[in-house]
Amino acid sequence: MSTATIDVPEVPTGSRVNYLNAQYGVKSWLLTTDHKRIALLYLVSITLMFFVGGFFAVLMRLHLIEPQGALVQPETYNKLFTMHGVIMVFFFLVPSIPATLGNFLVPLMIGARDLAFPRLNLLSWYIYVVGACFTLYAVISGGVDTGWTFYTPYSSTFSHTSVIPTALGVFITGFSSILTGLNFVVTIHKMRAPGLTWFRLPLFIWAIYATSIIFILGTPVIAITLFLLGLERLLHIGIFDPAIGGDPILFQHLFWFYSHPAVYIMILPGMGVMSELITAFSRKRIFGYSFVAFSSLSIAIISFLVWGHHMFVTGQSIYAGLIFSVLSFLVAIPSAVKVFNWTATLYKGSISYDAPMLYALGFIGLFTMGGLTGLFLASLATDVHLNGTYFIVAHFHYIMVGGAVMAYLGGIHFWWPKITGRLYPDGWARFAALVIFVGFNLTFFPQFMLGYLGMPRRYAVYPAEFQVFNVMSSAGASILGIGYLIPLIYLTWSMRYGPAAGPNPWGAKGLEWTTPSPPPTENFEEIPVVTEDAYDYAQSTVTRG
Amino acid sequence: MMAALQFGRDFLLAAMQAPQLRPEAASSIAEGVDHLYFALTFITLFFTFIIFSTILFFMVKYRRRAENERPPDTEDNLGLELTWTIFPTLICVGLFLWASSLYFENSRPPSASTEIFVIGKQWMWHIQHPEGVREINELHVPVGVPVKLTMTSEDVIHDFYIPAFRVKKDVIPGRYSSLWFQATKIGTYHLFCAQYCGADHAEMLGWVYVMSPADYAAWLAGGSSSQSMQQAGETIFNKLGCDSCHLSDGTGRGPSLVGIYGKEEALKSGDKRLVDEAFIRQAIVNPNSVVLPKYPAIMPTFQGQINEEQVLQLVAYVKSLAPEERKTDGK
Repeated sequence: MSTATIDVPEVPTGSRVNYLNAQYGVKSWLLTTDHKRIALLYLVSITLMFFVGGFFAVLMRLHLIEPQGALVQPETYNKLFTMHGVIMVFFFLVPSIPATLGNFLVPLMIGARDLAFPRLNLLSWYIYVVGACFTLYAVISGGVDTGWTFYTPYSSTFSHTSVIPTALGVFITGFSSILTGLNFVVTIHKMRAPGLTWFRLPLFIWAIYATSIIFILGTPVIAITLFLLGLERLLHIGIFDPAIGGDPILFQHLFWFYSHPAVYIMILPGMGVMSELITAFSRKRIFGYSFVAFSSLSIAIISFLVWGHHMFVTGQSIYAGLIFSVLSFLVAIPSAVKVFNWTATLYKGSISYDAPMLYALGFIGLFTMGGLTGLFLASLATDVHLNGTYFIVAHFHYIMVGGAVMAYLGGIHFWWPKITGRLYPDGWARFAALVIFVGFNLTFFPQFMLGYLGMPRRYAVYPAEFQVFNVMSSAGASILGIGYLIPLIYLTWSMRYGPAAGPNPWGAKGLEWTTPSPPPTENFEEIPVVTEDAYDYAQSTVTRG
Repeated sequence: MMAALQFGRDFLLAAMQAPQLRPEAASSIAEGVDHLYFALTFITLFFTFIIFSTILFFMVKYRRRAENERPPDTEDNLGLELTWTIFPTLICVGLFLWASSLYFENSRPPSASTEIFVIGKQWMWHIQHPEGVREINELHVPVGVPVKLTMTSEDVIHDFYIPAFRVKKDVIPGRYSSLWFQATKIGTYHLFCAQYCGADHAEMLGWVYVMSPADYAAWLAGGSSSQSMQQAGETIFNKLGCDSCHLSDGTGRGPSLVGIYGKEEALKSGDKRLVDEAFIRQAIVNPNSVVLPKYPAIMPTFQGQINEEQVLQLVAYVKSLAPEERKTDGK
């Protein structure tokens, strides 16, 4: 990192007009149509939601230190895990990389001045905020206790909590996802710089493109599902509750038809970030570009066909179970292909250990574990035992937190100098990456053990024999919590006190590194003309600066 | 490769011995599930190790030595891509076949199973034995005998989970689900609700007592002097006036129920349905959805008037109206 500060940019950040200092005042932010400013609006909003959701998680882990529950009543515990899930899934993970890094980078990476529909982009953020307000209102008005899965008929008939405001919040936020997806698809199709053909696109763009397709095709289904849930809860129209003529399993089909692809909404952009980080810090072209690109698309497609693996123990036909099982095994293959290609990219590279690279390595390790433990759940015979236990909790946290959040943080650290024009203290950043990696494993690895031993999830109290692993998990969670606070502190600090960053502090390829940091409002003085493939490190003379 | 397989086998056997790593294995399928589980664990650790050690090796060997380093491109390698696509696919297909055949073998109960009935209700388990013994949050079963549970819920979705048996099945309102196991070890095991069901979800647990057949018979005999499920069902059948239409000789306004269980009936709607527990339940709570031809759709619904336990008792009674009796009636 020491090298990064050698080149002082010719023009000090302060005196050059960029998107941050072009205009001042609250209005200039709240009415902006600049994709970079909107990205920052999202960054602030989802960071807030992340720490709200994280706070609930900390309370849960504290509570579970003792078998009889150390902190709260069971009703409160049920609300904690529900709010944690709802906020983290719908208000942090789904928008995380697409809405912040995607918003900031898609135009920069394809050499455009903005997204195709800048005002629609701002509208997406407002929709997100309205949805978040409904959900936060639900928290304040007493909380909701259905689990983030809203299973009927509990949610539609039996729960006495704020189901409607929460569902409404998720319903509304869904439209933000749909519009963002639409914006990205049109932008990527129509606004690429001259010479930037599809197979010259950075793989981050491919990943965002695949994610956008899921946004557009999947999100309406969750919206309809929650709408039906609201109809049944408010007007007692029998859709899901068998007591009034409905079918509770229908809800699960509809819910998972969105929510399984949603898992890939959360992880695909992370995979895109990985391809950027691995290439930049090994100074290599990605190994097997087309395999990595098409694996994103095949994941997006197959992800719509595996929802039934959430329902192996609902009594669905065993033949349906077999089909969903084999498809769930298949969806693992493109992910494995990506991991192998990233590994091969390092071969004979020039690898540096900057902070974003450490996050990237953490991602590969945790994502590999998360993916492989998915095989336990695709396997019918073991899923019967593991379904609904802590094994599930551990598995999806390895993907969602170990994978998606690690990639998100890696991406934030990688593009932070571009976004803010400032460098952060690299030592602290590496230290935080390590703390998060250790804290994460200590939190969630014991949960695999708990799951196989048979501890069901969503238990406010539990038999004493499970205590040891629970205490380990809680200890890990406190380390993990600190790990997440450290970047919050030094990144905030760097915005004011960090040394100024040059246009390309990592010596990375990609159009976003050819423009100053922070970029001017119009991104590029002149629209660039692309004449080379992505990650063409071998031919280039780009240096850090 | 052989060494890896050998190591994998040793690893499996060692892991299976460690008491902290798996719950007690007390059913006929538990060992099979554990073998698969530890094989999967081995595959997970093996690949994580391979990938991570490769990455660490590259990280050290190819670390950046000078700021201006520009390593040459590595050519894409189609053979390598195909290898690491096809090889994991083969492993996945193998795992799929293994897991599915294990699941398939265990998905249907043997025909000679002991039947027990389970009703989930916020937040307790009601268990009823055909002989009439009822228990709450306790399930007594004989060792070495296949036991089939027929389950339903009074309210929300629950899930009946016995970790020591490696079995689990959702218990769903409005329908019957079934689960079977054969306990292999006398002892006491956890029974959990594994589907979140509201405030006291975590308290919806109980114990499964696996007893020797002799102890079980004694327990059944001593447990309760109440009626059997079938007798209780007959009482309800007469009390609700079902017998006034469903005459056994077929001359009533409703069809005779004698011998109807297990038959396939053509409905007025044209569908053909097997008359099983779920069908009988549906005929009680939503009779107009399963009208037989030649009969008017005049039966009122009994939904809300009787609880799931009484429905099960009625089902038991209807099941008991065997064709043999019809012969007797015919004389």
